[in-house]
Amino acid sequence: MKLDKTSGPGRLVKAPENFIDAAGMRQVVAGRRDFLRRAIVAAGAVGATAALATRAQAATAAAGDPHILDLPAHTRGLGQPVVTDGYGKPSQYEANVQRRQSPGLTQTTQSSVSFAPLQSLFGIVTPSGLHFERHHQGWWDVDPTKHRLMVNGSEPGLLKKPQVFTMDELMRLPSVSRFHFIECGANTGMEWGNVAVPTCQYTHGMLSCSEFTGVPLRMVLDMCGVDLRRARFVLAEGADGASMTRTLPMELVESGEVLLAYGQNGEMLRPESGYPLRLVVPGVQGVSWVKYLRRIEVGDKPYGTKDEVLHYVDLMPDGRHRQYTSTQECKSVITTPSGGQVLLDKGFYSISGLAWSGRGAIKRVDVSVDGGRNWRTARLETPVLSKCLTRFNLDWTWDGKPALVQSRAMDETGYVQPSYRQLREVRGTRSIYHNNAVQTWLVQESGEVKNVQLS
Amino acid sequence: MSSSRSLLAALLLVLAAAVAHAQTTIPYAGIGRAATPAELAAWDIDVRPDFKGLPKGSGSVAQGMEVWEGKCASCHGIFGESNEVFAPLTGGTGKQDMQTGRAARLTDRAFPGRTTMMKLAHLSTLWDYINRAMPWNAPKSLSTSEVYAVTAYLLNLGGVLPESFTLSDRNMAQVQAMLPNRNGLTTEHGLWPGKSMGTDKPDVRAVACMKDCPTSSVVASSLPDFARNAHGNLAEQNRLVGPQRGADTSVAAAAVVSALPVAAAAQVAATTPAPAAKPAVGKPVVDTAAIALTQKYACNACHGMDKKILGPGFQEVAKKYAGRADGVDYLAGKIRAGGTGAWGAVPMPPQTLGAAEAKQIAQWLMDGARK
Repeated sequence: MKLDKTSGPGRLVKAPENFIDAAGMRQVVAGRRDFLRRAIVAAGAVGATAALATRAQAATAAAGDPHILDLPAHTRGLGQPVVTDGYGKPSQYEANVQRRQSPGLTQTTQSSVSFAPLQSLFGIVTPSGLHFERHHQGWWDVDPTKHRLMVNGSEPGLLKKPQVFTMDELMRLPSVSRFHFIECGANTGMEWGNVAVPTCQYTHGMLSCSEFTGVPLRMVLDMCGVDLRRARFVLAEGADGASMTRTLPMELVESGEVLLAYGQNGEMLRPESGYPLRLVVPGVQGVSWVKYLRRIEVGDKPYGTKDEVLHYVDLMPDGRHRQYTSTQECKSVITTPSGGQVLLDKGFYSISGLAWSGRGAIKRVDVSVDGGRNWRTARLETPVLSKCLTRFNLDWTWDGKPALVQSRAMDETGYVQPSYRQLREVRGTRSIYHNNAVQTWLVQESGEVKNVQLS
Repeated sequence: MSSSRSLLAALLLVLAAAVAHAQTTIPYAGIGRAATPAELAAWDIDVRPDFKGLPKGSGSVAQGMEVWEGKCASCHGIFGESNEVFAPLTGGTGKQDMQTGRAARLTDRAFPGRTTMMKLAHLSTLWDYINRAMPWNAPKSLSTSEVYAVTAYLLNLGGVLPESFTLSDRNMAQVQAMLPNRNGLTTEHGLWPGKSMGTDKPDVRAVACMKDCPTSSVVASSLPDFARNAHGNLAEQNRLVGPQRGADTSVAAAAVVSALPVAAAAQVAATTPAPAAKPAVGKPVVDTAAIALTQKYACNACHGMDKKILGPGFQEVAKKYAGRADGVDYLAGKIRAGGTGAWGAVPMPPQTLGAAEAKQIAQWLMDGARK
């Protein structure tokens, strides 16, 4: 990376945020980016600094950072004991990092969604408490000792032994643990026609990634004597009021990828994520990952459920709805810098984001800062796993001029994430579901980043 | 030496094969048991498009209207047309669509929405969904004949069935053939994993051009300034530390952008003790148990905290009845009995909850419905 020649060793822009006072912050984002250096190097000068700091602060600043010179309480005192909190929580300074609703998107809070704060997350794992939510008729905290899984066939010949399993029994079976992303089919759905929401939390936040632990559904179907020659479809059904149902192809189950999962990131599933049992269907939209899973039925035909006929159907320009659209195609988004954020200064930034594909592993991610005219290949950080989020990074020096920042992912099948223009040419703008277009962020001269779409 | 080694190897191979065999044939002893016929009947309720799983029974349009007005209209409107709680169920289809089996308005971009009737391609879907998930706050409480009746009534509202019709397991297939959008679905796409519905090849093909690529740098769409703060202040939705801050959208974009409120908050937090979980002194105690009850009984499906949804907001109720001496008993009674007229024409259905629970919610309302 080439260093910005204007930045010298005395430049202290990365000072802790509490050191930048309100007026200073305003000046930084207003474009007067040299104010700190002046504040520190030329402390005492009247005018520019007078509004920035009291005389005492300025005097200290001349000697150095008060956060270094004045030892803080936590360096001079006794800290808190163990088990102050039996289940630890994030720092109080992280209170802004929350899952959130998009105002006006849904009319009830029980059939609604909350979005994960992608702009504030690192790596690939979503903390379980920040996992995006989608409930169809409200969530429940189900007693695991009373929860049952039933496995049966749409007719006796398709499955020899209809069985009932307790959680005790499912958890006795040999388990596997795998990292996978889950994305709602409607993620980025508000943006099909035009820009509608400000930040990547709302454009892409119906996306999360966890390590799931559970039993391959294939194993349990084998135990029940499934006839795989005739039973080519699987119905999954939840125990909640909606008793959510979705059809899956048996091919996916045969691959061993589909899990009856009870574990998430080392602990049990969270209630909002289907405690104590949910289906994990890698690569497929979240609605098929049925929560509070109570029943699996194998059949010789698909089921045409409410969420396969009335919702989760993609309206095409010819007026027909695509039914049983399931695969989440290759997609990516830059999470930092991203919409609604303000860059603090010119100079070095690591452009960082997430890429994923429902068809396998990510092969490559390219990043453009000129609206897609020229691209550079980003670094993929490990691990790079199939049907899992992959973190990418690219070094960038911002020169303070407007920049149109984009990422474009490619998966191991060779499929390339399309632009809005390419996607709309085939699917129009009213699909709601399966929008995997390249996202554009406009970094403005003020440093504020804006969600935009190019013509 | 070498012969004993190969003997050992052979033995190991035999052992490994035996273990492998044992592993593939272990039936996971002691795990799972046979489902009883009664258990299967209780849970295996799905109905497929070919009507496999449909229970015998019938219900008339007239019976359906009665059930509808008691249990469905408060959310969906008297004619299934309401857009207040859920998207409209009816509208947007006509006789011509019943001929073609395609809802023509789905290609009309000027038409405002997509109703259930415009999308419905399988009659089984409607029956199955009402049976498993409706009413909203009491799913699976309808009898089989009520499900037939409500399905018939909805199809009557949608102009598909005459008022005199009785829907039954014997005529579902005939009614299916009348649905306005019965031919409106397609599985010709590459988004179903595997080959059981045809192709799994992607429909959109892009290439990864790297240099001097054809593109437009013209911004065609961006968030209008008036919507900048529509999702709340973005400064409060970003971390306080790191390469960026959230933009302060509480002030206009044209004004100087400032992360002041957040930075200031952090400064205060840094110099004061950790915020206690208990409410600050002097702040009224919030009855979170009562709020939980409003969620448990889905009151909040129709009542916002401070705003009308279908019924009045909780705080609006609190304001209206503040000071009324018998307010707690009155409101507890209204919750359980339902009513209409106090807030407009939309009826509130009677709610199934205990007297003590109704009283707790009423008390919370009379205390100002604090959250």
